[in-house]
Amino acid sequence: MDMTVAPDLGIGSSIVGKATSRIDGPMKTTGAAEYAADFHFPGMVHAVPVTATIASGRIVKLDSSVAEKMPGVLLVLDHGNVGKLYRTVPGDQNATNSEVRAPLEDEIVRHWGQYVAVVVANTLEQATEAAAAVKVEYEALPANVKASLADYDGKRKSVSKRGDPDKAFEAAPVKVDQTYITPVETHSPIELHASVVVWDGDRVTMFETSQGVVNHRVVMAQVLGLPVENVRVVTRFLGSGFGGKLFPWPHAALAAVAAKKLDKPVKLSVDRRMMFASVGYRPRTEQRVKLGATKDGKLLAVRHDYLNNTSILDDYDEGCGEATPYLYSVANLEVTSGLVKRNMGAPMYMRGPGAVPGLYATEAAMNELAGELGMDPVKLRFLNDTDKDESAGGIPFSSRHYRECLETGAQKFGWERRTPGIGSMRRDGKILGWGMAGASWVALRLPCTAAVEFCDTGRVCVRCATQDIGTGTYTVFAQVAHEKTGVPLDRIDVFLGDSSLPDGPTSGGSMVTGSVLNAIARGAENAIKKLQELAAETEGTPLNGAKVETIAFTNGRLHAKDGAAGSGTSFSDLLKAAKLARISAEGKTLATWEDPKSKGFSLHSYGAQFVEVEWEPEIARLRVSRVVSVIDGGRIINPKAATNQIAGAVVMGVGMGLMEETIYDERTGQPINGSMADYLMATCADAPEIDVTFLNYPDPVMGEYGARGVGEIGLAGIASAITAAVHHATGVRVRELPVRIEDLLESKVV
Amino acid sequence: MQSFGYVKATGTDKALAGFAVNARFIAGGTTLVDLMKLGVEKPSGLVDINLLPLDKIEPTASGGLMIGALVRNSDLAWNSTVKERYAVLSQALLSGASPQLRNMATTGGNLLQRVRCAYFREPSAGQPGGYGCNKRVPGTGCAAMDGFHRVHAVLGTSEHCIATHPSDMCVAMAALEAVVHVEGPNGKRTIAFADFHKLPADTPQIENALAAGELVTYVELPKPVEGAKSAYLKLRDRASYEFALASAAVVARVEGGRVRYVRVALGGVGTKPWRSHEAEAALMGKEATEANFRAAAEAALRHAKVRRDNAFKVELAKRCVVRTLKLATTA
Repeated sequence: MDMTVAPDLGIGSSIVGKATSRIDGPMKTTGAAEYAADFHFPGMVHAVPVTATIASGRIVKLDSSVAEKMPGVLLVLDHGNVGKLYRTVPGDQNATNSEVRAPLEDEIVRHWGQYVAVVVANTLEQATEAAAAVKVEYEALPANVKASLADYDGKRKSVSKRGDPDKAFEAAPVKVDQTYITPVETHSPIELHASVVVWDGDRVTMFETSQGVVNHRVVMAQVLGLPVENVRVVTRFLGSGFGGKLFPWPHAALAAVAAKKLDKPVKLSVDRRMMFASVGYRPRTEQRVKLGATKDGKLLAVRHDYLNNTSILDDYDEGCGEATPYLYSVANLEVTSGLVKRNMGAPMYMRGPGAVPGLYATEAAMNELAGELGMDPVKLRFLNDTDKDESAGGIPFSSRHYRECLETGAQKFGWERRTPGIGSMRRDGKILGWGMAGASWVALRLPCTAAVEFCDTGRVCVRCATQDIGTGTYTVFAQVAHEKTGVPLDRIDVFLGDSSLPDGPTSGGSMVTGSVLNAIARGAENAIKKLQELAAETEGTPLNGAKVETIAFTNGRLHAKDGAAGSGTSFSDLLKAAKLARISAEGKTLATWEDPKSKGFSLHSYGAQFVEVEWEPEIARLRVSRVVSVIDGGRIINPKAATNQIAGAVVMGVGMGLMEETIYDERTGQPINGSMADYLMATCADAPEIDVTFLNYPDPVMGEYGARGVGEIGLAGIASAITAAVHHATGVRVRELPVRIEDLLESKVV
Repeated sequence: MQSFGYVKATGTDKALAGFAVNARFIAGGTTLVDLMKLGVEKPSGLVDINLLPLDKIEPTASGGLMIGALVRNSDLAWNSTVKERYAVLSQALLSGASPQLRNMATTGGNLLQRVRCAYFREPSAGQPGGYGCNKRVPGTGCAAMDGFHRVHAVLGTSEHCIATHPSDMCVAMAALEAVVHVEGPNGKRTIAFADFHKLPADTPQIENALAAGELVTYVELPKPVEGAKSAYLKLRDRASYEFALASAAVVARVEGGRVRYVRVALGGVGTKPWRSHEAEAALMGKEATEANFRAAAEAALRHAKVRRDNAFKVELAKRCVVRTLKLATTA
């Protein structure tokens, strides 16, 4: 990957838009960064859940008498003694929970691995052993964890509709009508979910693996029945979440109850096996896509009917139709959704929820349509490009360069050298397959507050209760603070991941960067204004008595506008002279849906993915060898971190295309490949050559920095580009992910 | 908590003396510690053998190689003699696990790797209410038969167990006709590689020929066959850190276009490292052609028994054998 790293940063250099190494990098590489499970407190004890070994039924008897007498055991929590735990208010946007049911709420088991009790002991080993000694008798009912969603009840919700897609499809001269399937995928971040809970009277501090400390606090207040100000949630660092850590899971409340009952700090770390059963997954989707087109390739009709599985109590809709209604121009379109209940845990958003599985299906169908038409798939997309969002009454896009993504990607990939015949391209004795797909992802600016503070030590602090989930948030915030204040990066401290900081957004939907930068910029401006006022008022300092509007602020110094930048006083000297420790101000970001300047726009990012696979039919070996990813994600604040996001998503896409699938044993309902050895994801050795390009057009509607965020979009389209490349190389059209060796053995290409 | 004794043996005699009923020798621990955490292995005591002087790779008088049981997989794979004269073994080792695991795992331990069947590895397998597993508790059945068995064996299976032997190293050693040296309460003895691992048959809980308290001390490789070449090929879903879906080890000598010496072993498809005498017989004296390789592959898999989800392994293994034969017979 081409990468220019910012040179040593002098005072006042603008580094917004420059590749910048992570300011928290040294902390991570030296182990100084503390993740939730790293927190230890005197007297801390350990909680281990007892998990259901059936997937449906009722607990008849839970006997913890043996466990309670085991060494070190302090408490066994179950339905009978857990006390009051509440549900969260339905529809409360500030308190999104992962599961409807409160933990241990009843004695009904609805999925394998559901927590039925929690054992707390002095050591983890004691708690683990005692948890295994809790005897649970069940009255089991037949469980349904079947992969196929064929038993769907027929109820559909229309998500988006225009024109008459059925009639237009019937009349269309060229058609594609196929069903595409994505399996259950489990998030599997390297960091396990964990809660470390410390009470002080009726106030509680929870060290959590959370992508959203503010939401987590409100949920915990509601679940525990506490005033929200009594709850503090901390996530200083996160070993990634991929969506699995967006909202609280039952273990957090259980750890809190145990800590309260014992009046001791409690740690509960969810182990890898439990991670496959109790902290979410991307549900299976079955998506029927109908495309009707003219003989020239103009879309006449789009119908996208998808199903996904959900849990017994939660109505989780994957939202596969997210990108379908606006990506292309078509007069007749409908998207519908349907849910199918399964005895499985609650599904949860996973990187690019809805759009990623949805675009896999619709872009795969577009590739099949190109095949039907005998048309180049890039050309088919040009032909159906649109300059307005037809799903929202034809409103304009804030900034859309989809066509340029396709053009740039084709050019960088060398797409014009592609010969369309199956198995027609060869290199070094291997058959090459080339495929491509489009990508898109929603953009929003979420309401938030950030504080910027100048200290007499010469340091600048940025504060916001959002999180760095491993993406580089600490660094991009420091970049903006640096740009606004001229204070070098090594004198900027960024504080995140603590609900006691000014309210920030949940780290989801690729929305943190685009949202918070505006608040930081405003906060810096407001704090500088206060410094200017202070400079005018403070006796014995160079600018005392000057009119505020004549005072400039450059590179951390206050000086007369008509004087040199080096004149005047540094802000730290000013604060010292004024006998102040620090001066601080907040800035706010207005939500895009509340801002008159952004209300009338359709906000999205775009991308194009080009994939090369190598196929060796002699040994049925298929590997992704090269990916070109071109992203229109607004202005890129830190190309180094952003490239890292897209490259990581590409590798994840290789896993989605060729490996990832959670397999449930139909007899027990257990995710049976629930370990890092058995649930296959792409390894470093599977990573292809990756070429990431950002078009870098600022999105004027998103605010001063024009950033839209790039966390999710890199994954969109990869799987459909892979299946297209697989078809090109092997002649095998796989419509159920992942593509497996079993499928490829059918290839007739030699 | 399952407590267990632990002694660090300073000599082979002491290691053997320290061994008690239901104890385990521990070397790299990459299998044993893992299974202890899962509750699959519950030894009463561990005898740590890492201080034993069994960490050398030395030439034998007859021109072979004596590999100490404690030689780490990485050291064995990168040993210059192994790389030059037993390439199939180096390649097999480097295709297994990850660098971290190979740095820990030992030669003796690799011989004794346990199966990766998901049901075998379940804490409650073989217990009332748990999955049936005849390897864990004989007579409790085999949950893999009608469960998740995409990765399971198609050769050497029985109605009691279809778990695949997971080792790559052992497949190469089968083709090299290694000899396993063991030492136990009744003294020293040697076991031919083909006799070391046992088929599951009616006793899937018995995986090898070791008697109670016997310790693997060395693996001896015979002198390389004059003029022979060797190769190992492993096929799997991803490029690294995954057990084989099919693998093959071949040692072969071709003279005048005809196969004059050949040893073929398969991995990923058998319940033990699978030496294929059928493939060898089909090739001996024949021309080294693709058609003959294919016939040998057909012979190797002729007796394959498949289940619902692992039938693809038959064709995959055949392709693996053909390609490996090509690798080992072309310059």
